[in-house]
Formats: sequence, structure tokens, C-alpha cells
Amino acid sequence: MAAHGITDKVAIVGMACTKFGERWDLGLDELVVEAAEGAFASAGVGRREVDAYWLGTAQSGMSGLLLSRPLRVSDRPVTRVENFCASGSEAFRQAAYAVASGAYDVAMALGVEKLKDSGFQGANAAPVPNDGTTRSVTAAAMYSMIVPAYAKRYGVEVDEVKRALARIASKNHANGARNPRAQFRKEMSVEQLMAMPPIAGELSVFDCAGVADGAAAAIVVRAEDAYRYTPSPLFVKALSFIVGDGSGVSDPEYDFTTFPEVVLAVQEAYRQAGITDPRGQLAMAEVHDCFTPTELVLMEDLGFCARGGAWKEELAGTFDLTGDLPVNPDGGLKSFGHPVGASGLRMMFEAWLQLRGEAPADRRIRTLGQRNLALTQNLGGYPGEMVSFVSILGTEAPAA
Amino acid sequence: MHGILGFGAYVPYRRLDLSTVASVAGGGGGAGMRAVASYDEDATTMAVEAARLARRRTPDVALESIWLATVSPPYLDRTNATTVHAALRLSEECGAYDVVGSVRGALGALRAGATQSGPALAVASDVRTGLAGGPDESFFGDGAAAVLLGDERHGDVVAEVAAWVSLSDEFVDRWRIPGETRSRVWEERFGELRYNELGHEAMSRVLKAADLAPADVDHLIVTGTHGRACRTLLGRAGVAPERHVDGMGSSIGNTGAAHPFLLLSGVLERAEAGRIIVLVVLADGAEALVLRTTPALAATRPASATLDEQVAQGAAVPYGRYLAWRGILPVEPPRRPEPARTSSSAAGRSRPWKFGFEGSRGADGAAHLPPRHDEPERLPMADARGTVVTFTVDRLSYSPSPPTVFAVVDFDGGGRLPVELTDVDAKAVRVGDRVEMTFRRLSTADGIHNYFWKARPCRGGVD
Repeated sequence: MAAHGITDKVAIVGMACTKFGERWDLGLDELVVEAAEGAFASAGVGRREVDAYWLGTAQSGMSGLLLSRPLRVSDRPVTRVENFCASGSEAFRQAAYAVASGAYDVAMALGVEKLKDSGFQGANAAPVPNDGTTRSVTAAAMYSMIVPAYAKRYGVEVDEVKRALARIASKNHANGARNPRAQFRKEMSVEQLMAMPPIAGELSVFDCAGVADGAAAAIVVRAEDAYRYTPSPLFVKALSFIVGDGSGVSDPEYDFTTFPEVVLAVQEAYRQAGITDPRGQLAMAEVHDCFTPTELVLMEDLGFCARGGAWKEELAGTFDLTGDLPVNPDGGLKSFGHPVGASGLRMMFEAWLQLRGEAPADRRIRTLGQRNLALTQNLGGYPGEMVSFVSILGTEAPAA
Repeated sequence: MHGILGFGAYVPYRRLDLSTVASVAGGGGGAGMRAVASYDEDATTMAVEAARLARRRTPDVALESIWLATVSPPYLDRTNATTVHAALRLSEECGAYDVVGSVRGALGALRAGATQSGPALAVASDVRTGLAGGPDESFFGDGAAAVLLGDERHGDVVAEVAAWVSLSDEFVDRWRIPGETRSRVWEERFGELRYNELGHEAMSRVLKAADLAPADVDHLIVTGTHGRACRTLLGRAGVAPERHVDGMGSSIGNTGAAHPFLLLSGVLERAEAGRIIVLVVLADGAEALVLRTTPALAATRPASATLDEQVAQGAAVPYGRYLAWRGILPVEPPRRPEPARTSSSAAGRSRPWKFGFEGSRGADGAAHLPPRHDEPERLPMADARGTVVTFTVDRLSYSPSPPTVFAVVDFDGGGRLPVELTDVDAKAVRVGDRVEMTFRRLSTADGIHNYFWKARPCRGGVD
């Protein structure tokens, strides 16, 4: 595969993120406008200066009109993209490639989702006409199958795995409690979390990402133009996207303790960014903790710890704000909330705040000032049939 | 006239303990059990199960037709038997016909199958409903049974039809208004007398035609729509009580159109060669058949899933849940979006997978479910057994009867499928459980039933 990457060719010069949560008072238009206006202001540009737009949404609407109408953009290309829960990251990728190619000078990627208008709890995929044989279980149920599989593979008691999962949720709740944009701002103890009734397998509601409305946006330019917009841009060190062929769900070799699409995506990202020791080189990571077992597996798939070791590392606090490698310092999907199409850009927004020293003092990562790279990992689908995105962003200017 | 080449009875897994009825309904119920079709079963799915059992010793017989008799058809206007036909992966040249609306229709299906030139499968299947606390709720049961008909050109005949008498009559004893969950009945004595006259007449004529006396009868089955008339005829038929076949009223209940085939299957599972079986069905007249078993019967006898085994393996369903399953007690639906209706055209394209449960095999020998478009080698997987690799209990997803128990199943001989489990206690599922496939109705939307396969625990029998 010839994936050449665009390391150091593109920079983020402005970002914004709305508050996530039950935004009963705001529709899709208002969310789009709030995120876009915030990004314009952050980059110090007017909307006329953005040459092209990419809008990521999984299921809140169709076509570029979702953005052009509320923003009153009538003479620009606007592309709606969808790639499951990685739709926001996909929008970013397209915008980044567009400026890297020279096709445009300034592009915006905006992710948005309005989930709370469905009238049902939880997230529900819009049905596509089908033959009636597709699985009907929830994402929570699919990811819950990691728990017994992980316990079996590594000879860990299920209760110990559950404790590690509760520790993940507790950590992300603690981080989210310090984040004014987060959906859930209440700290939860491991004991409280372990006492919750199950809804799917061993998972309780508190093992699941918050279902939220929200939007986030980034403005990207070619790296050489970045300092014209801001003294502290974030440079794109790596972008990687892998879509599996879905064979995991029907492959008897697949054991639900790893996401091969994530492993491939992160290997490519590390190659592009020249990372050989992620735990030592990354200042932070934002990962797709759609369910607590997802974060558990991701710590191993991303190479943050040894196979079979994530449960111990989580319990030991390795991935806390004050740990070796802070993971989900903004609260993650768990606590920040998961407006599907917005989440990938929300992860980058946290990198934008943290690496530039703008995160509030009470949730500042311990690694600040020592390291200058952040990883975002955004996935969609299910164990065995997944799309996986990885980015690495950094503050270090490209060598001239 | 053809003889019998194969037979099979299917009893759904769930049982209603009739002693639990009165405390809820204020009356009714009684002693014993009735078989209960699960929320994901209907006359069509149970017919598929019975037909699979009836065909398992002679799966390759090229059927000229199949006949589905039922009082509780999932569809009107369109044929239900074509669903059974698809699930059995029968040739497109095999005719598939419904005989819908009456208990007596089952004998019509049997006769149609027995009198054509090629082999035929007669299947009868019913979900029998009555109002809560009423006598029919306890009298009835749910189930299906199938009889494979043919002659020595098609396979070994296990029972020959020695004589058949059919008497039709017009009087109103039991009737059901289309769409209603209940039957209505006339004053009991009128029907009892009419049916006894008809039954005696049919029985004496059929024995005469076969040159037999009542004392020659080894197994006497009397069943029909009027329980008391059946008991009276049985007592007065001149056949010793130990040769009367139990109507299974206290273990399964009367399964309507399915019951004649179901009781006959039960007898064939235990009868010896050279025995005389008389089947009398009292329904809008009287049908009487004399059957003589042959030495081939022993070889056809099922190794597992006999009627007695299925009766013994049943598990209770609470009365309230039973009422909810039948729609008699409307309960709060899950607060989740209901499934969209199945696309007819998409379902049609995937017929071998959706109905026939065919997978494919790749060049590397690996089995794939669903089949891959670029793998021409097709694998029939409906009879494959598998092992639960991992599972989950989903309390969030939409189900007509939550929670959904969902497992990843690895099949013996290859192939993996994440699939819903049914007829299972969520608390009892374990990794390593052995499962087999069963044809079910997943949901219904816009009146379109979504049929597909689920896995259920292997219970008893050889594995």
C-alpha cells in the first residue's frame, strides 16, 4: 500500500466545540452555526475566507446544504461525508487533503450530530431497506462481548475486568467533571459504577458513551501559511484511516480482544509521524471510548501498554490526567458525550486546547511542556467490522 | 394411494401450567399443561420444524408438492407454504399450497398428498388461541406435525394406507370469525351426538373396507374439534382401553389442524411392524383411516426429538407472558424504535440465505455466513450444530419479548455467525453451550413477517 501521508503539510489554525449534551433548545442549524462561528473567530477569518467546507454527520441529515443553508454560503463547495462514528474525522481528513493538494487555501471541517430529537433513549441508526437478516442488537451488546473474551484470553476474573472498566469510566467522569463543555460533569466512584445494573452483558448505562447533541469544527491551511493566522498552530503529523472488510464477525479466528483495523491504522500513523515509543512520546491521547471495554482494548491496540496489560494499567492510573500518558483528558465519549459526527473533531479540539496550554488548570495534562504530540483515535462500527481513524497532531513547526 | 415414508412432530418449547390460570383470569385453567408457541413462532415456523423432522431420514426425496394446513395462517391472500418451501430449500418445481382455515383441512392436505403421482409432504401447524380463562385456552395447544407420503419408488414405506373413509357433513358446532382470537361453540350435547354418529359410521365402514374388526386395532387415535365427542367415541369403539392413543390433552393440548398428524407421529415413533393404526378425525364430518405399519418403520424411527422427548423437555412460560405473546394482554412495548418492514425485493434476492440458511465456501475451504457473492460453492447450514463462543444479553435492543440473548456461534465444520438465541433462559446461557438452528419469525412490520433463523440450545438426543 502506498500511503504517503501529509506529514507537516497542513496545520489547524482555528477550532471550536459547542457544549455537548441534551441541547433541547438548539437545532442542527444552530449547532452548525455555533461551531462554525467559533472556528472562524478562533482562526480570525471571515466565512468568505474559507474556500471549501466538509461536513461530517452520521445521520442528522444529508448533503452540503446542511451547512450552506444555516451559514448562508452560496458560492462554495460543501461536501457532506459519512463514515459511521468517524464521520467528523473523515471530514477533517478530506479538508486536510484538499489544502495539502493545493486545491484550496483554507478549508473547514465541521462535525455535527443532533441525536436527541429521536424521542428514544440511546442512538438509533436510520434503517436502510434490507432483507431482515441483519443483526438487530445494540452497539452496547456487541461491545459487551469483549468483556468475557478478554477475561478468558488473559486469565483474568470477569470481576477484575469489570473493576478496570469502572476505573475507566470513573477516570473519564473525573475529567469530564472538569470540562464545562462536557455532557456529564459528575464524578463517579469505582464502587458506585460497579453497582449499576447491567443493560447489555456486563455493561451498565455508565459503561456507555453519552448520547448527545453537539458540533465541533476546525479550520485548516497549508503549513507554510499557518503562522499568518495564529502564533500557535497545530500541525498534522499523521492521518491514517483503515476500513476492514467486515470479516471479523464471521471469522472463527477473531476473538473480540483486539480491533485489527485500529492496529493497522495506528501503525501507519506512527510511521508517518516517526513515533517509535508512543507511551513516551505522546503528550496525550483522545480515544474512542464508546464503551468502557473499547478503551480497554484500545490501550493495547494503540501500543500504550502490553497485550493483556491494559486492565492493570487502567487500575494503576497510567492513563489518568496525572499518569504516564493521559487518555481522554476531556472526559472522552463517556463523559463529554457522543454526538456521533462531531466526536472526531471534539477529540482534536482537546488536543488543540491541551497542547497549546489552554485547557483549564484543573484538567491540564501532566505531560504538558515535556511532550508536544497528541493522538486522536476515532472509530465506527463494531468489533470485527470497523472503520478506524488515527491522527497525530503536534505543535512543533515543520523543518523549514 | 401412497403410504407414509416419514413423519415428525414439533412441540414448541414453552408450556403453560394450567393451574396458574385461575388466579389471574378469575377462573378457567385446570390441571396439566398446554404447549405454547414462543413469541417468535407461528404456524409457518412450526411447520418448518415439523417438516425438517419428517424429512431427516429421506432428505433427498424430490417432492412433487407440499401442503400446509392451518387454522392460524400468518398470511391471507399470499401462500404460507411457499415460506416453508423456501426454508426447506425445495425445488422450484415442487408445488407449495395452503389448506387454510379449518381443522379438517389437514386431512384434505393428507389426501391430496397421498393421491398424487409423486411424493408429497403434508404439514399441519397451528397456534390455537382462546380467550383468557376460557375452556379453549386450556383445551388447545400449539404445535405442528408433518407426514411424508410416497410409494416404494420414492423410499421405504413405513405405514401403508389400508383404507380411508371420508364422511362430510354440514352443521355448526365450532366456528371462528376470521381475525378473532377465539372460537365459538354450540351447545355441547348437539355436537357430541352428531360426531358420535359420524364417527361410528366412518369407523365401521373403514374397518369393513380393510376387512378388519375393532379387536384387530392395535392403536386407536380419535381426535377432532369436539373434545367430549372424541372421548365418547374412543370409549364406545370396541377397542380395548390400553390400545387407545392418549390425546395428549394434559401435556400439549389439542393442536387443531396439527393434532391428527401429531398423534399419528407419536404412534409411529413407538409402534412395531405389522400393527394396525386407526385414525379417526371428527371435524365437520368424520375421516377414518386404517394404516398398517411395515418392517421399515424401525429404521425410520427418530433417534432424537421424539414427541415424548419434546414433551419432557418443555419449560414453563408465566401466564402473563403467554397472554402478551398472543396479543391477548397488551403490554408496554420496548421504548425503542420498532423494526422497519423487511424489503420484499431484498428478501427475495437473499432467499437461499434468509430462508434456506445457505452459506458459502471459499477457495481456502473456509465457510462463510452469510454466503459471499464471489464464492459459488454453497453450503446448506440449517442442520449444522455449533458452539457458543461468546454471548451477551441485550436489554436495550428492540425485541417483541426482551431481553435479546445474542451469541457468537461457531459451527461444526466451519463458519461463524453472531445470531440471536431463542427458547433459552438468559441466566442459563454459558460459553461452550451447544446450539442448533431453528426457523423463526423475528418481527412483523406493516404486516410483513420477517422470517429468519435463530439458534437454540441442543436439548437431549445425540449430538
